[in-house]
Amino acid sequence: MATSRRQFIKISALGAGSLALAGTAFELAKGSSILDKISGAKETGPLRTPTYCEICFWQCAGWVYKDADGNIQKIIGNNDDQHCNGRFCPRGTGGIGQYHDEDRLKTPLIRTSEGGKDIFREASWDEALDYIADKMKKIAAEHGPECLALFTHGSGGAHFGHMLKAFGSASIAAPSFAQCRGPREVGFLTTFGDIIYSPERIDIRDTRCMVLIGTHLGENMHNGQVQEMSDAIDKGATIITVDPRFSTAASKSKYWLPIKPATDMALLLSWINVIIENEWYDKDYVERYTYGFAELKEHVKTFTPEWAYGITTIDPNIIRETAREMHNAAPSVIVNPGRHVTWYGDDTQRLRAVAILTALLGSWGRRGGYYKPEKLHLPNYPVPPFPVPKRLPAEAYEGKYNLANEVVANGLCDATIPTVTNECNFKAWIVNGTNLLAAFPNQAKTMEAIKALQLLVVIDTMPIELTGYADVVLPECTYLERYDMIRNSGHRQPNVALRMPAAEPKYNTKPASWIAKELAGKLGLSAWFPWKDMEELLDWQFKQVGTSLEEMKRIGVKNFPREFDDLYFSPGEEVIFNTNTGKIELYSTDMENEGFEPLPLYTAHEEPPEGYYRLNYGRAPMHTFSRTANNPNLTDLMDENVLWVNPKVAKLWGLENDQMVKLKNQDDIISTFAIKVRVTERIRWDSVYMVHGFGHNNKKLTRAHGRGINDTELVTRVHIDPVMGGTGMRGNFVTFITDFDMDGKEAEA
Amino acid sequence: MRYAMAVDTKKCVGCSDCVVACQTENNVPIGYCRDWIVEVTDGTYPQLEIEIRSERCNHCANSPCVRCCPTGASHYAKGGVVLVTPHKCIGCGACIASCPYDARFPHPDGYVDKCTFCLHNRVEKGLNPACVSVCPTKCLYFGDLDDPNSPVSKVLKNRKNKTLIPEAGTNPHLFFLI
Repeated sequence: MATSRRQFIKISALGAGSLALAGTAFELAKGSSILDKISGAKETGPLRTPTYCEICFWQCAGWVYKDADGNIQKIIGNNDDQHCNGRFCPRGTGGIGQYHDEDRLKTPLIRTSEGGKDIFREASWDEALDYIADKMKKIAAEHGPECLALFTHGSGGAHFGHMLKAFGSASIAAPSFAQCRGPREVGFLTTFGDIIYSPERIDIRDTRCMVLIGTHLGENMHNGQVQEMSDAIDKGATIITVDPRFSTAASKSKYWLPIKPATDMALLLSWINVIIENEWYDKDYVERYTYGFAELKEHVKTFTPEWAYGITTIDPNIIRETAREMHNAAPSVIVNPGRHVTWYGDDTQRLRAVAILTALLGSWGRRGGYYKPEKLHLPNYPVPPFPVPKRLPAEAYEGKYNLANEVVANGLCDATIPTVTNECNFKAWIVNGTNLLAAFPNQAKTMEAIKALQLLVVIDTMPIELTGYADVVLPECTYLERYDMIRNSGHRQPNVALRMPAAEPKYNTKPASWIAKELAGKLGLSAWFPWKDMEELLDWQFKQVGTSLEEMKRIGVKNFPREFDDLYFSPGEEVIFNTNTGKIELYSTDMENEGFEPLPLYTAHEEPPEGYYRLNYGRAPMHTFSRTANNPNLTDLMDENVLWVNPKVAKLWGLENDQMVKLKNQDDIISTFAIKVRVTERIRWDSVYMVHGFGHNNKKLTRAHGRGINDTELVTRVHIDPVMGGTGMRGNFVTFITDFDMDGKEAEA
Repeated sequence: MRYAMAVDTKKCVGCSDCVVACQTENNVPIGYCRDWIVEVTDGTYPQLEIEIRSERCNHCANSPCVRCCPTGASHYAKGGVVLVTPHKCIGCGACIASCPYDARFPHPDGYVDKCTFCLHNRVEKGLNPACVSVCPTKCLYFGDLDDPNSPVSKVLKNRKNKTLIPEAGTNPHLFFLI
């Protein structure tokens, strides 16, 4: 196969025809009657329709308001929603920008060749879906349907996943596991026999002490958590923040521990040591519920604060003092498990240490610690059983990551690259709602996989890096223009939320539910999509739990009473944990059985060579991943990332505020674009920091293109977590290039 | 009646939700804003402090902008809220120059615009200003200073607070809890 087939196609190279066509479609949509149909008569004052947000994974439920002309004006949180308590975060409030963004994908596109050059041609939906169905059938006939994989992040996943399962493939993965929160789920699963879930089951509202270790709440805008942290501060809770950077959260904290990067494990182990040596652990809880305390005590004997001082640079007295703060607050204490925790490759073990600390403090199952979320039993619309796939996704990385409780996305990506031993590697990808070139580290490897594909379908609202490599691009409408599956989330109370269209899809875009159903029809899988439309499907499901689509349109969110009064353990309650021993495993038998350390150990990680700085990255409260970088409302708040540099480093390199620099990493990879320097005391001298999700390289993103640096392209050294396959991304080092020409070439090179 | 707002700098995380909520509530064109975030860092690593403030028009009782407006477009409305009547504004910019807080901007439609405390569209309907309603950290307090039970009166009574640029003598109605 000629690799030129995978030339990146700039969607901007399209003829003016696309714009003219899109414009016409838009005008038609504006004049159509659907707005009246959805919202009733215009005369009845402010019109509002329920939705839940799609700008991030928190999925807050809210109301979309329209002005007298029927135009979407604003989105406000739903007061009954436990995810947001009536208050959206900036991204949710600015979510209307996704709807209004004029750079959206507007019509289906098919890759074709013209004069030796790859171009996209516009296609009808029928034509584009026929093209995909034909290719899928051919691949299934030659290699089996399981050679088709779906990568997804967001609400579209339910629709396309359903279609794929009906087709005979279970190869469905989200980068939210192995590129993000996987280590914490596995760390807690092997300790408590249960995971953290999303939204996290942490009881910040009633906590008396919260430790943030490598999580920067307030900058990562996990709405409910930020709200509850603020409430906890009001109620006098102690916040302890461990971060090499003086984060926003650090500035709100009683203690900030400016730890040397990559040494968190040593601090956690010494906290465990202090809590055991001083008998500050919950003796009754430990005796009643845990397994392996004696082994743990012996294991951490030498991990004293003085030992940790030499590794972390944190004052031993502060280590003792903060451990005492946790003890004093116990069991209402949270050692926050964080979310994006794929850092150094020993991440599951680090999260095991967090889980062990949690158990010693007796905060799992306790008010102000960890509660038990409850989710509604929501029956699925009856469909025939799915065909049994010949191969499960985990067989793509056979014998590895047996403790991974979700599909390892990078495992599927790696297995797409042909090798002589692979019996059947993946031949086709459907990618929905995730920009894999920004989500996966090591872009060269991702590109190698993409080049080997026989079919790449990208379904998104925006042109992204990945769309340029697609065979077919399908333009999804935004969450404000469609129904989706019921949001059925576990929380303090079980609850459901409805998303319904506030407007007709703009341009020639379609909802994911429609795309999946139509494609299924062309694949002969209509039996698995027996409902007439989403309204029928949703109404049926809502009625199974005592509500209806009609009621949900009026209320948006419905909370149900808990089935059992088991938010927390009752005093002295006998609890059987879902582990091998039925106990909280301080000493993990799962880890031991898989050949890993049953008790976490500190491993020294590589440090930056001279003249290089550790590349740290994080979040900004007004952006989500790389998906909001072109949103007009959110770009207005922040339109590029900047590079945080310590003043001492800046002086050494002669860097000034707002100076543009490029970065080169340890593997001589140079950033495509340049970034503005921000000289600030808020960062250590051994690292630099930037917000993830900028430096877009698709010119069609008129506001995002070339603004800032894409940190992912500099993350070429990946430390794989042997336990669950996570991609550790914090072991990359960069240096500054101050002298470069406009084409981006390094001057001295 | 004296409307006022207090901003808790100990809780504000600078997320800018107040900015975007104001923009969507009041149809502020993209590229302009009636409120904004200021972040001040003090100290050297690792002895550091940050003050984060959500700022806007101070709705001063002694407003230089009202005083200097040649047409009466800038005026005191109900509760001492400083407003601009767009059709009376000639866009001369004197108010912009006179404001110590840089709270005003020329609207592309040819008049000067600024924060209204959402007086007509929300407060008179019994709602909080959009920024107060949306704030995820609940760091904004609004109400009547003459009512001792209003959220703003209560929080100002209990917490140490300051105003910005007091030497300008403007008698601001925007307070910062410190």
